[in-house]
Amino acid sequence: MANITWKPEGRSDVVAEVRDGCTLMEAAVAHSVPGIFGDCGGALACATCHVVVAEEWLAATGRPGPDEDEILDMVEAGRRPNSRLSCQIRAHADLDGLVLHVPVSPA
Amino acid sequence: MHPRTVVVGAGQAAVALIARLRALDADRRITLVGDEPVLPYQRPPLSKDYLKGELAADGLSLRPRDWFEAQGVELRLGRSAVAIDREAKTLALDDGAAIGYDHLALCLGSEPRRLPAAAGGSLAGVHVLRRMADATALRPALAGASRVLIVGGGYLGLEVAAAVSGAGRAVTVLEAAPRLLHRVAAAPTSDYFRDLHRRHGVRVLEGLGLVALSGPDRVERAILSDGSELAIDLVLVGIGTAPVVDLAARAGLTVEDGIAVDERCRTSDPSILAAGDCTSFPHAGDRIRLESVQNAIAQGETAAATLCGLESPYRPKPWFWSNQYDVRLQIAGLCKGYDATLVRPGKRPGSQSVWYFRKSSLIAVDAMNDPATYMIGRKLVDAGINPHKSDLANLDFSINSLITC
Repeated sequence: MANITWKPEGRSDVVAEVRDGCTLMEAAVAHSVPGIFGDCGGALACATCHVVVAEEWLAATGRPGPDEDEILDMVEAGRRPNSRLSCQIRAHADLDGLVLHVPVSPA
Repeated sequence: MHPRTVVVGAGQAAVALIARLRALDADRRITLVGDEPVLPYQRPPLSKDYLKGELAADGLSLRPRDWFEAQGVELRLGRSAVAIDREAKTLALDDGAAIGYDHLALCLGSEPRRLPAAAGGSLAGVHVLRRMADATALRPALAGASRVLIVGGGYLGLEVAAAVSGAGRAVTVLEAAPRLLHRVAAAPTSDYFRDLHRRHGVRVLEGLGLVALSGPDRVERAILSDGSELAIDLVLVGIGTAPVVDLAARAGLTVEDGIAVDERCRTSDPSILAAGDCTSFPHAGDRIRLESVQNAIAQGETAAATLCGLESPYRPKPWFWSNQYDVRLQIAGLCKGYDATLVRPGKRPGSQSVWYFRKSSLIAVDAMNDPATYMIGRKLVDAGINPHKSDLANLDFSINSLITC
């Protein structure tokens, strides 16, 4: 299990206990986190689960793979240095306490 | 009492509709009726990771059960809707219950076309793949099948071929049209996937029809239109789907190759909306049907907005994907009606994109192992930006420059 905090821009934080193996996109959708939709279910086709990982968590979450990296270059809200697609991060004990910022796309 | 919306059909469109409806209106009563005894789930993995045994059934759920509880959604799963009484505004279920509604949302999806019984379509060992139960039945059947015939070279058939080939199994894909994917893609994309499947040992037969399947009770042989025969253990029929319209048609709603809706997902009855694969809707002076996750979600959300009195007409921005072996195909736009194509090699080995034009306007991009081009293609199609073919043909030209200026 990992305790995860989502910080959607301009909205209240969402905190949830996420079981190991579950992707952080699935967990966000299950808890109705604003700004995370996960339309394609994790197939790297929709780019609707963009999060920004807090600096101190970068080592634990790892780096984007090549396909994710190319998609992140074009996300609606604009790529930040620590941007990830949360469908590509799976919960595990080392992520307990993780904080994710959820950027909002310009309307 | 707060008004009650009854959603019939429990797939992707239904869940998108419910999520948006609840976000817009905290009080409305919502009931979801679905004829499968499981929580709403994702269909795309059924022909990919789920079929390969790499994903468990509970990993398919679109939302956990407690999400529906938290949203105050009453679930009636494992129940079919049998009739709509538009006068009384009630929906009759197969257990005899009648549910009153203020609004009804039909999210009934589509169902696979089957081979007629006269052509052997009812023999044991002949499968379709649409529902979780289909995939759950297919998995153990495949374990004992060393010769598999896939009828239909569309995306479903090709994904299944990729999932089941290897391990000494002989897999044949049979396509009656002159080439694979002929209805949904141009020749360069067909060529790409033909080569891919042949490299993986799949036999690809194009321009050949199926006359009949035969066997005493289980399928044993396929007879093809050139008179040849194939010995087989298992058949997957992937020859397209038809929209589920019976319930709507019997209720007297207008049906035109799908339940006819307008751009706000309203049917011919002001109290009844429809969303997803089961609908046909106006698009570019035509009426079209789109079978995709993107369309299901966008129409579901549009229907929710309409229910709440918002003016939010649906303008489709289609996208689609398919995974086969180590190839990720991503499609932006809709290639229907294209009159020219251009092939652009990608940066990685084996990657490429196919650009579709109609009257010099860019309408779609197929990207194979080229996510960057897919994302750029989406932006260009959505924004109506038309790159010059001569620029695209020049590999030194940066397609990023098309969206940054």
